[in-house]
Order: sequence, then C-alpha cells, then structure tokens
Amino acid sequence: MNEAIASQPQRNIVSRLWNDKETRSVIIQIIAFAAIFAFFFFMVRNAISNLESIGKDISLDFLSQPSSYDISQSLIEYSSRSTHFRAMIVGILNTLLVAVFGVILATLVGFLLGVLRLSKNWLTNKLAYVYIEYVRNVPVLLHILLLHGIIVHALPLPKNAINLGDTAFLTNRGFFIPSPSFEPLFWVVAGLFVAGIFFSIWFSRYAHKVQDATGRHYPVFWINLGAIIGIPVLAYFILGSPIIWEIPELKGFNYRGGMVVRPEFVALWIALSLYTAAFIGEIVRAGISAISWGQSEAAAALGLSRGRILNLVVIPQALRIIIPPLTSQYLNLTKNSSLAIAIGYMDIVATIGGVTLNQTGREMESMTIVLLLYLTFSLLISSFMNWYNKRIKLVER
Amino acid sequence: MTENAQSTQATASSENYAVIIRDMHKWYGEFHVLKDVNLNVTKGEKIVICGPSGSGKSTMIRCINALEEHQQGDIIVDGTELTNDLKNIDAVRSEVGMVFQHFNLFPHLTVMENCTLAPIWVRKTPKAEADSLAMEYLERVKIPDQANKYPGQLSGGQQQRVAIARSLCMRPRIMLFDEPTSALDPEMIKEVLDVMIELASEGITMLCVTHEMGFAKTVADRVIFMDGGEIIEENIPDEFFDNPQHDRTKLFLSQILNH
Repeated sequence: MNEAIASQPQRNIVSRLWNDKETRSVIIQIIAFAAIFAFFFFMVRNAISNLESIGKDISLDFLSQPSSYDISQSLIEYSSRSTHFRAMIVGILNTLLVAVFGVILATLVGFLLGVLRLSKNWLTNKLAYVYIEYVRNVPVLLHILLLHGIIVHALPLPKNAINLGDTAFLTNRGFFIPSPSFEPLFWVVAGLFVAGIFFSIWFSRYAHKVQDATGRHYPVFWINLGAIIGIPVLAYFILGSPIIWEIPELKGFNYRGGMVVRPEFVALWIALSLYTAAFIGEIVRAGISAISWGQSEAAAALGLSRGRILNLVVIPQALRIIIPPLTSQYLNLTKNSSLAIAIGYMDIVATIGGVTLNQTGREMESMTIVLLLYLTFSLLISSFMNWYNKRIKLVER
Repeated sequence: MTENAQSTQATASSENYAVIIRDMHKWYGEFHVLKDVNLNVTKGEKIVICGPSGSGKSTMIRCINALEEHQQGDIIVDGTELTNDLKNIDAVRSEVGMVFQHFNLFPHLTVMENCTLAPIWVRKTPKAEADSLAMEYLERVKIPDQANKYPGQLSGGQQQRVAIARSLCMRPRIMLFDEPTSALDPEMIKEVLDVMIELASEGITMLCVTHEMGFAKTVADRVIFMDGGEIIEENIPDEFFDNPQHDRTKLFLSQILNH
C-alpha cells in the first residue's frame, strides 16, 4: 500500500505536472495563447482569401482620392473635391468637438445633480431624483432624436427666427450667433488672461508657503479669480472693447455672417451631456454619501467651518471614489457620440465609416480605421484619468 | 451631592463653571430623548456618565459641542451660550475637544496631518509650530514613531490615542469622550485608559461616557447615572458604587459589575 502511494507520482508524469499549481498555470496560459493566436490567424487568413476571391485587396490608396461628398459642419476647410483622408479628419474633429463639449457640460450638470440629490430640501431633491430616473432609463438614441426633432420641427424658419436682442437668432437651420474678429488691442487682454493663469499658479504656491511659515491665510480663490477673470474683463472695457462682433443678418432665405451652430451638433451635444449627467449625478451622490457622517462630525468637533470640512475632509475622500466610474462615463459619452449618424451629424462613423465606405467599397479598411480611432480616444481618456486618479491617491495613501 | 448640584444651579455664575446645562430638553421627532437635564460642571472637574444603552448619555455630551441641537433650555460652555449663531458654535467647538467611539480619524491624512489640520486651518498656526505641537502631544500619547503613517496602518488602540492627540492639539479646556473604549479589543483598552488617566491628572475638564467602572473609580470626581433621558442619580464614585440610592441604578450596577 505504502509502496503504491510512493511510486504513483513517478508512474504518471502528466498527472503530476497537471496537479502542480505552478506548472498547471503555465500549461493553461500556453493553451490559451495558442488558441487566441490560432483564432486570429484563421480570421485574418479567412478575410484575405475571401477578399481575394471577390477580387479585392487591402489598400489605403482610397484615402488620397477625392471624396466628392459635402459635409455640413467642418472645423477645417473642406469641399467635395477634398480627399477621403481630409473627410476623415473632419469626422475626427467633429467627434472630438462633441466629445470635449459633452464631457464639460455633463460634468457640470452631473455634479450639480449629485449635490441636489443630497440636498435636504425635499423639492430639489425629488426634482433631481425624477430627472435622473427619467433620463437614464430612456435610451440615449431617443433623447438625440427627440431633441433633434424639437429643434428642426418646432423652431421657426429663418425668416421668422426667434430673435435674441438682434444679436443671436434661433432657427430650424441652426443657431446663428455673432462671430468675433479681434483688433490688435485684444491681444493685450488675451495676454493679461494668460498672465493671470501663471500668476495664480505662482500665487497659490506662495500663499501655501506663507501659510506654512506664518499661519496667515490669503483668500486664494478670490484673488486668483480676480487675476484670471477680473483684470482681463476690466482691461477689455478700459481698452474700449477691442473685439468687433459680426452680427448675422437675414439675406434671402437664410442668415449670412456670424457663426452658425448646426441643429445636429446642438441636439447631439445636449442629449449626450444630459444623458451622461444623470449617471454622473448618481456617481457623485454615491461618492459623497460613502464618506461616513463621522468624518464630518469629527471635523466639525475640531471647529472647522462647513466649507473647510467639505474642502479638506469630504471632497478629497469622495474624489477617490468618484474618479474611476467617472472615467467610464467619459468613455461612454465619447463612444455614444457615434449615434450621431442617426441625425446626420458628420462624425467619424458618418464620414469614413459611412459615406466613404459606401463610395469606395473599402469596408475592411474603413471599419478598421474607425475601430482604431475610437480605441485611441478611449485609451487616451482612460490613461489621463488613471494618471489623475493615481495623483490624488498618492496624496492620500 | 445631588442636592448640592441642584442648589448651586440657581446661582450658577458662568465664571466657575466649564459647562452649565439648564432645563434642557431634546426630541428626535416625536421621541423625547433628553428630559429636563440639569448639570453644572466646575472647571477641572472629571465626570463619568454611565447608563444603559439608549439612555441619552451620548446625546447629552454631543449637545455640549452642538453636534446635536437641543430644543429647549440653555447650554453655556465656557461662558458662551449655544444658540443658532454658527460663529459661536465654531468658537465653542474649537475650545471643546471630542473623542469618538469609532475614532473618526481622517483616513486620507497622515497621523501628523490629522493632528495639525485644525491648528493650521482654525488657529492659523504656522506649519512648523503646528508640527512640533502635534509631536509634543503624540509623545504624550506615546506614539511619536507613528507620525508619518496613515490611520489605516495603526491598531485600534493606537488610532484612538491619535484621536486624543488630535483633539489636544487644539489645546481645549474641556474634553468630551463618547465611549472611547467601546470599539476596542480588550488588550487595547488599557493603553487608551492610561492616556486618559494621565490627562485627567492635568487639570483639564473631562466628561466621559464610559462603562469602564475602574476608570470611573480612579479619576471621576462625580459619577452620573442616566436612564430614559433623565439624570437619575449623581454622586462621588465611592458613594455611587457602594451605596446607590435608586433602584434603577442598583439594577444597572448589578448587571455590569456581576460578570
């Protein structure tokens, strides 16, 4: 009996390896790697051979051919004679535009909603609650279509535009707003603004040093606000308002001059922001309520004022909880912007992944480019947020 | 002693008293938590408050630094009456230290930063001065070597001693302890009590909610027994433990001493 047990492991080397914790993990990894490699090898070979059988190759030459389609909103110069590559750049810029503005608005509204949800005032609390539950439980595509429908169908034609003090005009072809042209003196104001930013960075450090050394507190927030906003605004008026605003004018059936914000952009931007804000509101509420009441009580018992309790004790701890899920909301917003195609906003999907694909028949290449672009944006956002998260974590742990 | 406290209350002048509580009532909604509480604490006095759970003892001491609001009666702390004036409340809180059952240290700050936070932001103390003050008190509670650690890295007993040091850094004239040893493992209770006993010998006014009867016998000038939101009995420790007057006190003492 004893001999049998002792000799068993030597008899069966495979079972001995399989039952060893470390070798088993190595074996599983080798199998998994081989399976993944085989899968992708098969997919790529399959794609190449199928493309070959219908007489297609893989090539990016189409990007340098003329696109021969128009794009309603473009941040750079573009016409139907431009290349498909330029059309793609227009699409990228449009996606980035709506994503950047969307993230900013969603963050502002989201934090406001989170704070309102925590309010002890019954009405504001319940209003925020109803808003959040309605908005986040309806698909974002419906929000986009609804808003677009409202702007296009409910707003008047340019000749009956809603006139905001003869400077801005809301129509179903977009919002016409004045465009600025800068006189030389304006750059003084811009310079003061930049100087204000540098000053406030320096002043924050200086104030911190003074506080460490003497205990004296400067009203850092107000002084910095004055330096960045107050002084440039003052200078703007002292220098006689050195920006000339070109006001849009009705010429024929549409407005000319000024700037136009397209209905598609507005619908997409507002819908994405308000939708994402509902989720951010819940994240902020959860983050702040996760900080136990005992923390605020302990800080209060030391004599700290309400504002200081928030700034020094509650928010630094809440941010640690808020940042990771906030990152995924930013990613969601960026990826959801691809729903733009439903209302004809020319983003990445609608340009390179839409019209270009249809005209050139380069579906393999186009979709790969679209995929890589979204992947790049998402990785950039999450690596920035991870860097930020690590930074506030280091302060804490 | 009971009669004595009752009679002095009428002529209480705020100069001799650290805390004066007069005809104080508190409700949580419909629930009458504190019923007609009267208590005068002379400067430097050590008071231990005990009683069954839910008797209102924690609520009472939390009223003293306005962590709980009272609805009726007066509370005068170190000459300042607690009203709705927020400036007044902050001023009282910076003179009254408080130690909680669950420590409530700030987990995102080091031990040192926990101790210097209030001196820097409330007292406007220069950082170097706040640091040496914190070090002085950390030495008093015997954990100067943990100054640069985070609360999460310390044992419960060490955390509670940091919490005591944090309060002392504001140089309070009155210290409130809300069941400071109830959340601790038995072997850590002693290290916290030792710090408190040492503190008691230094002339600070102390109000302590605790069931540590040994501690009460050692340091208390007066023991107060509360039940059902009322002060049932108060006496010097020897009398309180050896010769309780009230039936509820006798019952309570028999329950906590006989095991």
